[in-house]
Amino acid sequence: MKFALYTGCVARGATKELMISTMKAARDLGIDFVEMKSAACCGAGVLSEQSPILADALNARTIAQAAKQDLDMITICSTCQGNLKKSECKLDSDAEYRDKINYVLKDGGHQYVSGKTKIKHFANILAAPEGLKLLKEKLKRPLTGLKVAAFYGCYVLRPSELSDFEDPDNPTGLEDIFSALGATPVFYDGRTKCCGFPIVMMNKEASHKMAGNALVDAIESGADVVVTGCPLCHLSLDSYQPEIDQLRQKGYSIPILHLPQLVALALGHSPRELDMHKHIVSVKELEAKLS
Amino acid sequence: MSVIKIKRFNPEKRKDSYFQEFNVDLKPGTTLLDALNEIKWEQDGSLTYRMSCRSAICGSCGVKANGHATLACQKQAENLLDKNDVITVEPLGNMPVIKDLVTDFKQFWEKVDQVKPFLKNEQAPPEKERNQSPEQFKLIDDSSTCIMCGACYSDCNVLEVDDKFLGPAALAKAQRFVGDSRDEDTLERVKELSEPGGIWDCTHCGECVERCPKPAQPFYRIKEIMTVALEKGVHNNNGARHALSFTKSIKNSGLLNENTLPVESMGFTNIKGLLELVPVGLRMLLKGKVPPIIHKPCDELNDVKRIFKELDQ
Repeated sequence: MKFALYTGCVARGATKELMISTMKAARDLGIDFVEMKSAACCGAGVLSEQSPILADALNARTIAQAAKQDLDMITICSTCQGNLKKSECKLDSDAEYRDKINYVLKDGGHQYVSGKTKIKHFANILAAPEGLKLLKEKLKRPLTGLKVAAFYGCYVLRPSELSDFEDPDNPTGLEDIFSALGATPVFYDGRTKCCGFPIVMMNKEASHKMAGNALVDAIESGADVVVTGCPLCHLSLDSYQPEIDQLRQKGYSIPILHLPQLVALALGHSPRELDMHKHIVSVKELEAKLS
Repeated sequence: MSVIKIKRFNPEKRKDSYFQEFNVDLKPGTTLLDALNEIKWEQDGSLTYRMSCRSAICGSCGVKANGHATLACQKQAENLLDKNDVITVEPLGNMPVIKDLVTDFKQFWEKVDQVKPFLKNEQAPPEKERNQSPEQFKLIDDSSTCIMCGACYSDCNVLEVDDKFLGPAALAKAQRFVGDSRDEDTLERVKELSEPGGIWDCTHCGECVERCPKPAQPFYRIKEIMTVALEKGVHNNNGARHALSFTKSIKNSGLLNENTLPVESMGFTNIKGLLELVPVGLRMLLKGKVPPIIHKPCDELNDVKRIFKELDQ
């Protein structure tokens, strides 16, 4: 399997551990990732607040770059996945708009062609039957006894017509991956909700309450660890966790892992190799459970 | 026989709410509202809910089915059955419950009123009507379809934690007038909508788009107001500064600069806001979890800059 890897900005910046663990997991699974170094930011739904056409043009350029290499695209961030899919949908459903954007892309040597490249989140590759089979074959350290709660990230679920999960209101893709790795999935209401990250600069209190509600729900449902496919959710749930009142009041804390970190752990990598010591919430108890 | 499990509440008889199960034979074509009617008419006349048109036009029969807001008349009951042949029905969320599935829309309507949902135009009316071109109407076509059912309000993730947020329905209604070519109060409207509790408090969760039974789809309307607010120069708030900083960063490097974004979003003179960034910044710094100090642009940056230029940004 060979894909164009759209890393997104945060995996190159504040959550480099996501990039490190993605590359290790992919190598062990025999998946070839070609990093898209000249792709621009997906706009994260923010660039389009200022200029929707600009966000769509940059995303059309990105998709066209993957198409030029005859590769499907993989994202490792729910937000990138959702925003690329939104642009793709707009381009595919409006020929006039597509022509307008292609006119702008022309001088850079790019052209967007509908349907040439599929855009998939890494989770959806792993949660497909072939992906689960591959995980089971390559499993080195089954995560037996580890209770893992998924946190999906809004952008891979909603709007549902752009989601690759079979039932975006009640998805099971991440939980299927956890089971394939030998872990025990924990189902809880908060797993499909918002982490609050997009408004952490605008309404910090509300943002932290959203993250807090989800984490309290996960902890009280018995989870040892929360795993997410979105580095922005990771920042909200991990980096800001010490500031979340609901958790402080109850004396709770819970480690947050990126999905590729959990996968790479089960493939035999040590927590240190996956930069898990750089997380704000300690993973020591988790390490003890694994040993 | 399928089971419809309904959350019941009647404060005149019992303080707390409870679930009651009803067995219903769901024939093909039965909507969830048909099933509720069958229960009320055949099994328990005290079951209380709102309904009227049965055609997804009046917006009365909003309820939560299996945890998500929907119009009861718009969903085939069969499609809602879970693996145990059960449909769980509850009242809409983010509102007080009056009885069974009937909620109190008072705050919902107050917020709609707050966005001044009427055309403001001081010019003397023309002889016939104030015309719009098809292109002008297209800008408010989607928001005009809102039937005020409250499904978006029920499932809004921000309203769950902050009832000061105007919420998706009121903001979609606001776009109906912000985008109206005949309205003369656009600047004043976007200024008010940029205040705390307004457009910039939307968390992009997309629940309102998912639950909306019409093309109104509030999140997309909220983004349209944001674009107008930015165009009109209403920049003196964290949300607008965040969008401007984000765009500048992509324009300069093709990528997001995570070092400058938080500081520029808060604003250089916003001492309180800047101080709020210190704890998380320090925590991340101490763990070595920081973006590179020298922000590296993407390859082929010139092409990104060219696209910005061509699209006049």
